[in-house]
Amino acid sequence: MSETAVLVDAGVSGPRRRLLTGNGRPMWSAAVLLAAALVVTPVAAVVIDGLGSLNSGSLPQDIGPMIVTTVLLMGGVGLSTLLIGGGLAWLVTAHDFPLRNLLSWALVLPLAMPAYILGFVFLSTFDVGGPVQGMLRTVLGPGAWLPDVRTLAGAVVVMSLTLYPYVYLLARSALVEQSATTYDAARTLGAGRSRALWRVVVPMARPSLAAALALVMMETLTDFATVQYFNVQTVSVGVYLVWKGSFDFHAATQLSVLVLVFAVAVLAGERLLRGRSRFHQKAGRGEGLKSRRLTGWRGWAAALACLSVLGAGFILPVAQLAGWAVGEAAGGSEPLLDPRFVEYLVNSVTVASLAALVCAALALTIGHAQRLGGGPLVAVAAQATTFGYAVPGAVIGIGVLIAFARVDEWLELAGVPGGTGLLVTGSVAGILCAYVVRFIAPAHQAVDASFAKISPALTFSALSLGSTPRRLLTRVHLPLARRGAAVALVLVAIDAVKELPIVLLLRPFGFTTISVWVYELARENFWEKAALPALGIVAVAVIPVYFLFRRSAGLKAGAVTHDQ
Amino acid sequence: MPRPKLLAACTAIMVPALALSGCGVLGIGKAPADLQIYTARHYDLEGAFGQFTEETGISVEFITGDDAELLERLKAEGSDTPADVFMTVDAGNLWNAARQDVLAPTSSAALDEAVPEDLRDPEGQWYGLAMRARTLTYNPDNVDPAEFDAEESYAGLADPKWNGRLCMRDATSSYTQSLVASLIDLHGRDRALEIVEGWMANNVDIMSNDVLLLEAIDAGACDVGINNHYYLARTLEENPDLSVDLYWASQEGAGTHVNISGAGIVADSDNAAQAQQLIEWLATTGQNAFVDANHEFPVNPAAEPEPVIAEFGEFERMPLNAEAYGDLNAEAIDVLAEAGYK
Repeated sequence: MSETAVLVDAGVSGPRRRLLTGNGRPMWSAAVLLAAALVVTPVAAVVIDGLGSLNSGSLPQDIGPMIVTTVLLMGGVGLSTLLIGGGLAWLVTAHDFPLRNLLSWALVLPLAMPAYILGFVFLSTFDVGGPVQGMLRTVLGPGAWLPDVRTLAGAVVVMSLTLYPYVYLLARSALVEQSATTYDAARTLGAGRSRALWRVVVPMARPSLAAALALVMMETLTDFATVQYFNVQTVSVGVYLVWKGSFDFHAATQLSVLVLVFAVAVLAGERLLRGRSRFHQKAGRGEGLKSRRLTGWRGWAAALACLSVLGAGFILPVAQLAGWAVGEAAGGSEPLLDPRFVEYLVNSVTVASLAALVCAALALTIGHAQRLGGGPLVAVAAQATTFGYAVPGAVIGIGVLIAFARVDEWLELAGVPGGTGLLVTGSVAGILCAYVVRFIAPAHQAVDASFAKISPALTFSALSLGSTPRRLLTRVHLPLARRGAAVALVLVAIDAVKELPIVLLLRPFGFTTISVWVYELARENFWEKAALPALGIVAVAVIPVYFLFRRSAGLKAGAVTHDQ
Repeated sequence: MPRPKLLAACTAIMVPALALSGCGVLGIGKAPADLQIYTARHYDLEGAFGQFTEETGISVEFITGDDAELLERLKAEGSDTPADVFMTVDAGNLWNAARQDVLAPTSSAALDEAVPEDLRDPEGQWYGLAMRARTLTYNPDNVDPAEFDAEESYAGLADPKWNGRLCMRDATSSYTQSLVASLIDLHGRDRALEIVEGWMANNVDIMSNDVLLLEAIDAGACDVGINNHYYLARTLEENPDLSVDLYWASQEGAGTHVNISGAGIVADSDNAAQAQQLIEWLATTGQNAFVDANHEFPVNPAAEPEPVIAEFGEFERMPLNAEAYGDLNAEAIDVLAEAGYK
């Protein structure tokens, strides 16, 4: 395969572009519209339900400060995840240092830590009653001033530590997919290392960075658990306050429209960040940048940088959980593990795998259909599929409930006895449906970032050579976007394993997942009992990460050997 | 090729998982229990329900969730709902469920006798079954309980002598909200705002968790907090050396603030008779089975509290006004926001 990566600006490819974006293929375009409808329906159901009964609608008093806090939190988390995730991705893909192969996949693991667990672990360790401040007070005396951890900054730290893997994963696959020749060309032409990085590598990774950033910000926007621990009142907290505190679901939905406005801003920002510049690599998949060996203290400093992030976001909390679990095992008379643990585990894995497969398949379909054209409607529809991620899980769950209830009513009106019956909460259909609505965004972002690097020329050539759209998908697009698809599977699977509000709301009788079980214990503050199942979530999430990276570790190992 | 490998791996995980869960996932092939319960109360329900089934032969299954979400689920499911009983925490939630017409009015002489009048709905849409008190906790090394205001203990924490010594729960907590709602009910909005502002003026340290709060008091990071009594009972059980004592608030005044968990029969239940039988059992024979594991107080005066909380001594409670808790909760949030309490 030719190694020449050529930067093609799709914006100026004139007639070819028109051909590609013109009429599209009706079936594929319809698939995108259908996916968009699926995502929009539950959200619309909630909004219509809310607007249908416009009442006094008590907005929370300090909505102004809430908006400011939301902006600050999103900005802070966005910036720090970009620095941590992007920086680490650059470090592990372009350098070789001790423990790199291990670290390069371990750095994804904090993603497996549900934020509500990390928040509690963090506070129980660093807050006024915890061991760290206790020790400091013993050393410095009881009156000594100690920093308050329950602040916006504390929330930014904890959320960045769980969310940076989004940026890391997408940036890393962008760098691995990036052909080394561009960077080498820049270097040969006299650019220094940092100049080549900033002028060539970063701009080419920009679509991936923007996509990841959008995910991080939407996740930050809908978080309720972590911000609550840190007394940070975001707009989402406002929604919950109105809903649960004022017993006014309709007013809450009106307020959640405001959350959607933030989401639109995020997605618009992402488009802006990606800009008009589209960098395609003519040669398709690259072999990645050649690793530069960091020797001596530099190598260890690099390892230490990775380890410190990993330590704070994963190793320490896992150790704390393990400590609690051991304490529970030593002191508890009850059996350590619920006898139904295996059942919960199987439930989690099943639903997460199904959701991951469906989301990845849909994301590939959308990316493929967009390539086939279809015009602005398809483009808007494709973008609309990502909205679900910006809507709190509980709202989506209720949207699915309401939507199914309407269908049920219509069916009964049409004379179908019993309507849909109890389809939505009597089986896992509702959960799956809501998962797809919510998690199609990470799948789409991952796959789309891969598609963005495939030159339209490839699509065009295949089509002009008489390839059918289906063959084009399986022989051209799928192989080229396979890394994106794999990342999509992993992201959705992990997200789905730790997901809580949707499964809590929609599960049928007798259906419990690990995340529900952990939450039930954690909610009642049985942290010692919750520790072991929480570790179970982490363990399950490690599996897809392992599969994703065993593969790419092989690839990278090859590159390193080649380098030597 | 790596891709088929990944797919193979996915399949390898999926197939046994699907086979194992099979019908469980699809929700078929299993006969439903006689009674199905939606509950936002989680504490050790298996024990109580198991005992009920043993005594009556009526099988029970339940699903746990959050209050507001379960209520929306009930409403959306409408007449298709499998639920017979809705069980939730906080009088405001019970009041709200009754207001949304998802609960059936019930008349039961047994329940009227077992549950004090202020702990049940006048139309019998719900009945309180377990009671928790939210009262003052303190570190005996740093506080002499005589320092508390015995008449208005909650308001008394606004006194400047507590400056820098207070820890309380956050404003998003329903515990905080219903306490402030009861203060509004008791003293009016202006006085309640004054009290909360007084706490704020004392630089109250606001925490997101009752257990962390107790640990902070134990560690001496603050001297006084407001806690649900059962968190202290539970923590004491684990660590008898805990340096935290309980003070029954407002004993010479309106009494200590309490809240309840309770249950009602779902309006669309197809098994209302047995549902009523369960609620009656929980309020009488089953009181201790239902409340003891979580160290809560029985609502039925005929039942004795379990030993750990009996140690806290007897106390006068503030009469519970569910309508006020529900109706004033939004105002409580307003008051908290106005005072800058987060």
